[in-house]
Amino acid sequence: MTDTVIHAEGVGKKFIIGHRVEQHALFRDAMVNGVRRFFSMGKSVLKGSGGIAGDEFEEFWALRDVNFEIKRGELVSIIGHNGAGKSTLLKILSRITEPTAGRIEIDGRVTSLLEVGTGFHPELTGRENVFLNGAILGMTRVEVRRRFDEIVAFAGVEKFIDTPVKRYSVGMYARLAFAVAAHLEAEILVIDEVLAVGDAEFQARCLDRMSEVANSGRTVLFVSHNLAAVTALTRRALVLRAGQLTFDGPVQAALSHYTSSLGKSAQRLHWGRGGDSTLISADLLDETGKPTERFVPGTPLSVRVVVETTGMPGLCIELTMRDELNLPIAFYSAGIFNHVSLPTEIGRFECTITLEPMLLAAGQYAIDVATSFTNVHADHVVDNAVRFFVETCSPGKISFNFRQSLGTGSLAMTLTKPIEFKPLPAASTS
Amino acid sequence: MSATAHTPPNRLILEAGRADRQYWYDLWRYRELFFILAWRDVAVRYKQTVIGVAWAFVRPFMTMVIFTIVFGHIAKLSGNGVPYAVLVYAGLLPWTLFSSVFGDASSSVMSNSNLISKVYFPRLIVPLSTVVVALIDFAVSLSILVALMLWYRVVPGWQIVLLPGFVLLALLVSIGPALWSAATVVKYRDFRFVVPFILQFGLYASPVGFSSAIVPPEWRLLYNLNPMVGIIDGFRWCIVGGDSPIYLPGFLLSLVVTALFLWLGIWSFRRTERAFADLI
Repeated sequence: MTDTVIHAEGVGKKFIIGHRVEQHALFRDAMVNGVRRFFSMGKSVLKGSGGIAGDEFEEFWALRDVNFEIKRGELVSIIGHNGAGKSTLLKILSRITEPTAGRIEIDGRVTSLLEVGTGFHPELTGRENVFLNGAILGMTRVEVRRRFDEIVAFAGVEKFIDTPVKRYSVGMYARLAFAVAAHLEAEILVIDEVLAVGDAEFQARCLDRMSEVANSGRTVLFVSHNLAAVTALTRRALVLRAGQLTFDGPVQAALSHYTSSLGKSAQRLHWGRGGDSTLISADLLDETGKPTERFVPGTPLSVRVVVETTGMPGLCIELTMRDELNLPIAFYSAGIFNHVSLPTEIGRFECTITLEPMLLAAGQYAIDVATSFTNVHADHVVDNAVRFFVETCSPGKISFNFRQSLGTGSLAMTLTKPIEFKPLPAASTS
Repeated sequence: MSATAHTPPNRLILEAGRADRQYWYDLWRYRELFFILAWRDVAVRYKQTVIGVAWAFVRPFMTMVIFTIVFGHIAKLSGNGVPYAVLVYAGLLPWTLFSSVFGDASSSVMSNSNLISKVYFPRLIVPLSTVVVALIDFAVSLSILVALMLWYRVVPGWQIVLLPGFVLLALLVSIGPALWSAATVVKYRDFRFVVPFILQFGLYASPVGFSSAIVPPEWRLLYNLNPMVGIIDGFRWCIVGGDSPIYLPGFLLSLVVTALFLWLGIWSFRRTERAFADLI
């Protein structure tokens, strides 16, 4: 009991969402209903039970019956799809909203970082904003003053510290904001998606700083979509799905649980349509043929594409792979490389494109899928149709994780035959 | 680590509808945030304006001039021997204090919504910090009063030492309705449009442009249901003395109404505060 710092029991959060349902064909009906609504609104205003100008109310549980325990010094990540309830859970833990059901006991001071640069005021200078932001995050003035030089140096904005932040570049702004947050002294740190700022180099520094914080014995709760960061920073993960805790355990197992649930629950946005062809879906497949978000370097990369065609000849599928910086790093065209076109009859087809193994560096990747007329004229392009990540990439025998964030590219090169050193005669000095 | 050394060892329990026992302690612990938010509001107030801080002088002065002309010269209301400009200005001071606290605090929660949805702190800090800004403006306005009194050679009596007490009362009068309205605006945005209306109405319903002595005696007590009446009378009494006597039963009634509003304000704010992040 002594080293449990967070104990959550049956935590739930309910939202009431209003829908506007009525469609009045008659102006008279609209008038009558308007008046009626006015009175019922008046009644609810007086009673203090709020209703805004929406009509039907529906209950929605953003979180339901969540139980977990966190020990002192643990690093725990919370993963889940958009709308799974991660942010709601963080907001409850950081006391921004209160749970509708259940109870959480916390030992120690929670500092939450749901956003960097909360409360930054554009008119104030960098220096003033550091103090403002520090106070908002719960630091005292003395604390901020003590760490001020460190913060400014970390952000690398020494020269502009007395310039209003509205004159800062986006990068400088983000760096200063993160720098303040990174120097918080907290017992329990709750972090949400803050790594999504700055350039790659700065992100790498943020990650380093976070692992420093994490290794200094503090309890850290971390939410991110950056699965590579999740594996790098934490040992344990909670997986949320539709408001419920579906997994709690080691981070590796959590990731496979998370990605395996993908095929069932992935909510696809409508991708629109092309002229003669329409891409319906695209998935990365694992070795058993199931959709996944994780790619193991050195294994074949299989992408399953579902496409509709009008039967127009000459259409083919193209893939463009992008790295974390959204730069194209690899390209495949079924038409140019292999002379494979879409079937010349109307209908919906599925195909799997299996590519040679690649030693991709650890990190995030996305593949744009397109149909085009032999690379001349694109018909339907879907950017970032497939997203996946590589957890570890160890090309050699020694355990070294080759990561995109090292800045040395995203492909590891391999040898086809061993390196031999042949002695040469000593170079003549003349 | 040192920062957390003085954190109480008691455990924090988050539960639905749980009255937070640590709230008032937290309010004290976050006092630095209170000052910093107030300082921010002051610092950005006159940024990118042409005449800058001069606005703090121009606004009350022009209002005084207009009121003196309208009530003193056009409507020819009596000032009981006191220069009308001083009479008006003595009423304008507490009213401006009230209206800026009420107006700014009402919108304060909404305009700080980015903080409220991202960080925890006792929400009372947000509307309360607007009080500091209003007080600074008040101090500036007070200097105009001094100049005005020198100009008209009005010498205040001993009552002037009670002025700080009335300033405090004026703040208490403002804070109650301000908190209530700040909480209401979060829930019902329509209320935003009601606030300027209340202020405009209140300006004429309170004895700002005239002395409350012109109200018929049988209505006087009823008139004091408006707590600002007692405060403004008190201000006048402090500044111009016996010529503008304070009406005691009315003043006591104003105090009761003030206390009532204050309780209502804090109660309703504390009640809705927990749901702010969900409503914003």
